[in-house]
Amino acid sequence: MICELVKKQRLSETIYDFTVRCPEMAAKAKPGQFLHILCGGDAYLRRPISICDVIGGRDIRFIFETRGKGTENLAKYKIGEKLDILGPLGNGFTIYPEDTDAILLIGGGIGIFPLLNLAKQCKGKATVLLGFRNKDAVLLADEFRAVSKNVFIATDDGSCGYHGFVTDVMQNITASNAVSRIYTCGPTPMMQKIAEMAASKNIPCQVSLEERMGCGVGACVTCTCKVNGANKRVCKDGPVFDGREVEWNG
Amino acid sequence: MANMAVNIAGVEWKNPVTTGSGTFGFGREYSEYFDLSELGAVCLKALSAVPRLGNPSPRIAETEKGILNSVGLQNPGAEAFLEKELSWLRTYDTKLIANLCGSTVEDYIAVAEILGDNVDMFELNISCPNVKEGGMAFGTSAKMIEEITSKVKAVAKVPLIVKLSPNVTDIAEMARAAEAGGADVISLINTLLGMKIDIKTRRPILHNNMGGLSGPAVKPVAVRMVYQVRQAVSIPIIGMGGITTGEDAIEFMLAGANAVAVGTAGIVDPYAWIRVRNGIEKYLDDNGIADVNDIVGTVQMNGK
Repeated sequence: MICELVKKQRLSETIYDFTVRCPEMAAKAKPGQFLHILCGGDAYLRRPISICDVIGGRDIRFIFETRGKGTENLAKYKIGEKLDILGPLGNGFTIYPEDTDAILLIGGGIGIFPLLNLAKQCKGKATVLLGFRNKDAVLLADEFRAVSKNVFIATDDGSCGYHGFVTDVMQNITASNAVSRIYTCGPTPMMQKIAEMAASKNIPCQVSLEERMGCGVGACVTCTCKVNGANKRVCKDGPVFDGREVEWNG
Repeated sequence: MANMAVNIAGVEWKNPVTTGSGTFGFGREYSEYFDLSELGAVCLKALSAVPRLGNPSPRIAETEKGILNSVGLQNPGAEAFLEKELSWLRTYDTKLIANLCGSTVEDYIAVAEILGDNVDMFELNISCPNVKEGGMAFGTSAKMIEEITSKVKAVAKVPLIVKLSPNVTDIAEMARAAEAGGADVISLINTLLGMKIDIKTRRPILHNNMGGLSGPAVKPVAVRMVYQVRQAVSIPIIGMGGITTGEDAIEFMLAGANAVAVGTAGIVDPYAWIRVRNGIEKYLDDNGIADVNDIVGTVQMNGK
């Protein structure tokens, strides 16, 4: 699908916020799904980038960090230029409208982006925990506040919000509140700890995994992870899995 | 419109384009992007007699105009394939090629026997670089190639393609060994053994350290090998290695390929197979060539 870049913002030295016009994809997109983007330049493979938000039913917003030649080339695109995108791909987060207790959305670093659309879809019921390295790395806090019940920020160095990890904040919340469900996306060690803490309290937990990916549609079976004793494809069976079933060291 | 139909060892393909084994799964995923009946044949992901889990991730690394993979022949086994995939695949008007893998000669015979004549052709995978036993170990010795080819041929109920590894000194010798063993068709090239190192961690990116290189980066090597094999044997050749466009496919056919497989290009663009097929047709029409078979092996070498 060829999509026009309609909005572009640089959020920090290395973080870019793009919006593309793609009514067909926007109509189908669900939180936690991703786009597979041809970045041009010397990058041969597409890059999987999670959907951050769906806007006005016709645009998709995605935010990415420049990490290598693919994303660095993608960052060079200008408003009005066209991008070759496959999507929306994968199985995203499953929302349970019947959840009555707290719904925790826990993101770390650039893992927070797919949680924004999820927070919106939780219709004001989400309690959002966002973890960053420091104050300068904090992103989208006000946007999350606008659509969530509560937003807690934690930074590794205490320069903004709670001094420590989101897992500490989660511990405090789950100790004194009933929690219906947890959704998480971020660094693997963070998600593993959250999934283990959730399992110990019998709270359902959905985790969004990442792996080096090829086709993005499930055919090449390169992005496998171990789930419930079997190989699952992050791109097609995931990226969102049940936290209790993921074998973190598989 | 030029004739696109080709006859590969008695099997009629409606056009000369198939899929590179391992890049196309069993077709389900890409059937959401195009009609599989548009292809001359679908070459399926490798099947073994018993299920294989494959290697741990990361299984893929990007390189310059290509990829390294170390999937390791993950598959549900030939019986599960017959049960869950075959009848669905047969709803499409295309030929089916099963790619056979194993760790021992007996394994290859077993999978050929399980599949019987449920598919249209077999492709003997003696060239996968990502497994400890079998795979490329069979495909880098002429003596082993002849032996395994003749043993599988003896039980095969459908025409047998032998897929050659490029990780050899003399590809023509390997092709002659396959032909001597009774191969009906030769396909080449499988991937070139490679390695990519992450200079930050000072470790290879692939969990398996080394993997198979594919994509446009390998194309000139593949074209050269197809040419050399064409000079060495008289059986049909399915050429592959980095084919991304119709022009690429034409190069392989001029070098001597009777048909072509597109693989890695499809990992980047799900419409690559159709684009290649259309591109071949356009080249023929643009050049007033009435039949795709007429260009096979017609490269004019310099100095001859």
